[in-house]
Amino acid sequence: MPLIRSSAAELANLMATGEASSVEITRASLDRIAEVDGEVHAFLHVDAEGALAQAAEVDRRRAAGEELHALAGVPIAVKDVVVTRGLPTTAGSRILEGWVPPYDATLVTRLREAGLPILGKTNMDEFAMGSSTEHSAYGPTRNPWDLGRIPGGSGGGSAACLAAYEAPLAIGTDTGGSIRQPASVTGTVGAKPTYGGVSRYGLIAMASSLDQAGPCTRTVLDAALLHSLIGGHDRMDSTSLDAPVPPVVEAANRADVSGMRIGIVKELTGEGFQPGVQKRFEEAVQHLVDAGAEIVQVSCPSFRYALAAYYLVMPSEVSSNLAKFDAMRYGLRVLPEGIDDPSAEQVMAATRDAGFGDEVKRRIILGTYALSSGYYDAYYGSAQKVRTLIADDFARAFEVADVLVSPTSPTTAFPFGDKMSDPLSMYMQDIATIPANLAGVPGLSLPSGLADEDGLPAGFQILAPAMKDERMYAVGSALEKRLHAAWGGPLLARVPSLVKEA
Amino acid sequence: MAELTRADVEHLSRLARIDLSDVELDRMVGELGVILESVATVQQAPTDGVEAMSHPLPLANVARPDEVRASLTPQEALSGAPEVDEQRFSVPRILDQD
Repeated sequence: MPLIRSSAAELANLMATGEASSVEITRASLDRIAEVDGEVHAFLHVDAEGALAQAAEVDRRRAAGEELHALAGVPIAVKDVVVTRGLPTTAGSRILEGWVPPYDATLVTRLREAGLPILGKTNMDEFAMGSSTEHSAYGPTRNPWDLGRIPGGSGGGSAACLAAYEAPLAIGTDTGGSIRQPASVTGTVGAKPTYGGVSRYGLIAMASSLDQAGPCTRTVLDAALLHSLIGGHDRMDSTSLDAPVPPVVEAANRADVSGMRIGIVKELTGEGFQPGVQKRFEEAVQHLVDAGAEIVQVSCPSFRYALAAYYLVMPSEVSSNLAKFDAMRYGLRVLPEGIDDPSAEQVMAATRDAGFGDEVKRRIILGTYALSSGYYDAYYGSAQKVRTLIADDFARAFEVADVLVSPTSPTTAFPFGDKMSDPLSMYMQDIATIPANLAGVPGLSLPSGLADEDGLPAGFQILAPAMKDERMYAVGSALEKRLHAAWGGPLLARVPSLVKEA
Repeated sequence: MAELTRADVEHLSRLARIDLSDVELDRMVGELGVILESVATVQQAPTDGVEAMSHPLPLANVARPDEVRASLTPQEALSGAPEVDEQRFSVPRILDQD
């Protein structure tokens, strides 16, 4: 198998046995990027030199007999919302164009220490606000399955680079589904760990009580390996969990679901879900039954308010978090037209109008409104109470089920432009993923197959109780094994090659 | 629920320090109205006597040992600034003109 099509675990084996070097593997990824990224546009910045230097260093350490991390030498792409020392970081926004951070996010420090060459930074909706990458200030990423369609969002670049075989691993962030929905529509795997499971230090915050970084991969085992590497306590993030990383790799390897109770959430299935997506979901559930799991039906009645609560809590936090873009200490500075000697406040207002895109402005204004005196109790206050109701629904459901499952995204990838004029229809993409962020529980998406009506990937979501992340890897891995057997290989074997025949 | 007017959006944009153009204001009044109508459904949820949740983790104050650690050099801290004056951020005037 060509190097670019190998999983991270397979690449790690090839390096351990001396069949391939990290330099060869990294070069293969960089060649592939050069070949297809003009069309896919998964990357905002590629660091060939830095990646190859790291690869050579890992090869040297391996030759010297040093003990290395399992993923040492496996190249990785990092979402552009994660700060990287010396590498431009824009979060998909004009307001940060050309900014080169003077420090690394904690998860990036862990990648560097473990010796993973960083290929570059991946495209995303501006400040991670969107479900299609159409809100990137630098143009959208295209879905490798159909270049006329969206790759999901906000982490469309991280998902598309996996599906296009440009990278074997990527980092994503998930505030309302930005890891899982792109995984769903690109036929890849993505996991949002338990809130606090991975340090948020060095993530450009969207909504601090919802944001969580996690692995984007092509297999469930790879996701577990990467989760295990970036997870764990960090004293630079006061909300980081001071507890061991759940045994996710062991769970993915065991892939045992016998006797597990799988809960189907009534509110996250059926109506509103594309028929082909729903059909693949039901087949996947049957595979789990065949593997020895037990199915239970659960109801989470407060989930019907989740989207509304999310679109109050998140913009409120956005309006606060994005106040730091003030044109004074970093990023863009634009002087207002027609004003001699403008004040700092006028410069700030002109810069934020020029530097932020439409969706970012909408959310800042909405959050400013929700937090206004006189409206606070009716909007933000009510939303916070709904959050409690949703957490209570999860707690009750997890009394009778070990994990909960649903389709990840209600549809397959839609054509560009389809939802840009109707923000609410775009928000509906995250209807099944948002409850997990509000409650802080972990979620994983893996491919369930291609929908009959359009031949595009559909996703299967697994949710687990907080700090029981290993359960979603056990279920995901067991399902993946059965699906691969049924398909005669991974779903991504069927993605178009993207290279024009000579 | 109160209807959101153009004047409201203009006021909010001033609070948020975003100098929206007239075209943007016109568009945003309509868009925000639709979104607000949708998110107002949280008010229909049975929230009487329910506690507010601000955060998924039941955390109280978190402290770490007060130790001296490496931090950014002045040069690094200033490296992204639009304008620098020696070891300082150079900013536009902050007071009103007389």
